Amino acid sequence: MSPRILPYLLILPVTLFLCLFFLYPFALVAQQAFSNGAGFTLDNFRDVVTYWKFPISLQNTLLLAAAVVPVQLALALLMATMVSRMERGRDLVLYVWTIPLGISDLAAGIIWLAIFEQSGFLNSMMTGLGLVDQPVNLLSYQNPGMVFLAIALAEIWRATAIMLVIIVAGIGLIPKEYYEAAEVFGASPWKRFLRITLPLLRPSLQTALILRVVLAFEVFAVVAALGGTLFPVLMGEIYAYQFDLQNGRAAAALALIVLAISIAFTLVILRVLRVPKGATI
Amino acid sequence: MTLRLNLAGAVSGLAVLCTGVAAQAEVLFWSTQARPVEEAQAMRENVLAGFADGVDYQPNEEGPWLTRLQAEIQAGSGSIGVLGALEGNFAAIDPETLVDLDELGVKSTSDTYNSLAMLGTDSMQFLPWMQASYIMAANKEALQYLPEGADIDALTYDQLIEWAANVHEGVGQPKFGFPAGPKGLKHRFFQGYLYPSFTNGVVRTFASPEAVTAWQKFLELWEHTNPASTNFSFMQEQLLSGDAWIVFDHTSRLAQAFNDRPDDFVAFPAPAGPTGRGFMPVLAGIAIPSTAPDMDAAKELVKYLMQPETQIATLRATNFFPVVEAELPDDMPPSVKAAGAAVAKMSASPDANPGMLPSGLGEKSGDFSRIYVDTFERIVLAGQPIEQVLEDQKKQLMAIMEETGAPCWAPDAPSDGACPVE
Repeated sequence: MSPRILPYLLILPVTLFLCLFFLYPFALVAQQAFSNGAGFTLDNFRDVVTYWKFPISLQNTLLLAAAVVPVQLALALLMATMVSRMERGRDLVLYVWTIPLGISDLAAGIIWLAIFEQSGFLNSMMTGLGLVDQPVNLLSYQNPGMVFLAIALAEIWRATAIMLVIIVAGIGLIPKEYYEAAEVFGASPWKRFLRITLPLLRPSLQTALILRVVLAFEVFAVVAALGGTLFPVLMGEIYAYQFDLQNGRAAAALALIVLAISIAFTLVILRVLRVPKGATI
Repeated sequence: MTLRLNLAGAVSGLAVLCTGVAAQAEVLFWSTQARPVEEAQAMRENVLAGFADGVDYQPNEEGPWLTRLQAEIQAGSGSIGVLGALEGNFAAIDPETLVDLDELGVKSTSDTYNSLAMLGTDSMQFLPWMQASYIMAANKEALQYLPEGADIDALTYDQLIEWAANVHEGVGQPKFGFPAGPKGLKHRFFQGYLYPSFTNGVVRTFASPEAVTAWQKFLELWEHTNPASTNFSFMQEQLLSGDAWIVFDHTSRLAQAFNDRPDDFVAFPAPAGPTGRGFMPVLAGIAIPSTAPDMDAAKELVKYLMQPETQIATLRATNFFPVVEAELPDDMPPSVKAAGAAVAKMSASPDANPGMLPSGLGEKSGDFSRIYVDTFERIVLAGQPIEQVLEDQKKQLMAIMEETGAPCWAPDAPSDGACPVE
């Protein structure tokens, strides 16, 4: 077989699969968002954007992403550098750290709910230590800050590992020679991290950030478990349109808005963390 | 990762295949009711086991329930034999896609229910299947705080607020519980209880001065309500845990409390306001989609479900009451006795002001309920001024009523054409 055709032949199944199960449904959703049953309309977009909860849920989603992703990035970098220095037991530590990845996000939300709710672990502990007289209701509409904190904590706990895995792989690719050379010239560990690890990690950071930011805009189950209706987010609104209101067109319109935000952020990350032409590890 | 995904895919594919094969001979009963595991199991073992052909009982959330039904109807062929859902769910479906059920010769004893079941056509599109209502329940420890001279079976909203305040003061914690969680049935309280009791209407009086009073009273009650109520959806849980002492909820969402500890709780009618004791029935129905694979078996199953013995077995399983003439045996579960008595007292009270389920809204039922939920969230949780919120929400309510052309239902005065918001 001609070596020029082979690559295309090999990616053909995946391409077909994506066309059938991604592009085609996507086209249907887009069509649904712009139609009112009879013809083209922007009414669906107007409806969802003018709904009083839209600005709140948009703000909540962006705030949550802004709070969670940087913390996760810092944590993942820290954990990855620690792991890469380990001689023994590296795999074991990695396995333990990635356990939260294997748990469904709803389950993760429920685990944290068991900690924060009125009869939960945190309250039992505080009562046991005599810090409070009786269990306090932490996740109530009166404590929006606490609700936000609980959701952010649960998200950080649940999804840092996905960045960790990508970054660990990226660090493994950096040739040892650079570090040896830096050591010879007397660079401190911090300097080595700043001048070698970070720049050479760019491609991995790019992937990790894009993946994580897009996922942050899709946050749903953790919020539903911990915040209920107290912390509306975009995904929760899409669910409500589709299943509570049976309004598939509005849900499709809102989904396209989330898609647009995701694409915008992806482009920004691609641009900011671009790898200069011709530069390789 | 890919291998695992592939394996998972293969396994789930196999599982789907197996259920498909297993369900071939049985009638698929696709229901939004009796979803909790114990109820679903009781439906299978105690209610449907007696049906000769065998039934595959599959309860599901309302969203997936409707999605699959619509997919089968669009495809023109399906595997669902019988549908079970609330009246409102059927109202959201095109009556054309449901089989006319007049020829079966069975119907409920209530003419109101039977006419609701026609969904605006001339024939029965679904059959009334079982009914319930919303009531109040309290922990017996709360009874000592009842205001002086108050009769628990004939409370007013003022007395309820005073009672909740007494408990709050006595225990040091707000102990009124309200199902304001994501899955809670709060909208029914506003539509069937608060509004009828204060304004003698639901739609016409939405933004009336009386409605402002109603919301003010609700705010007073909210001061003595456990703030965690925004996470409560099944009040039996909070009754049992002690987080709430006085609660409002659907009879079947209180049942477990009475069945687990029958001596600790009392059930009683909803309170009365200036325009009477508003309350609302809940009606579930059964229907057959036009795509049912085995029409005869489906019709047999519907007839079987309407038999008095099956209806009593259903009552035991789900805490929903029969809609046909059925002699209740003495050994019913405590929850049935307690709820039955409370509902009877409520409907027999001299100031009873029964409201109907919202009807004629079709697929806008969800949007209609969202108006009331949003009003609650804005006034009570976000603390926005009542008049302004009502004015704002009123516009959307008007739009829904005009779009659907739904005429008024009780307790609103009848209307020619779409029910107006005054």
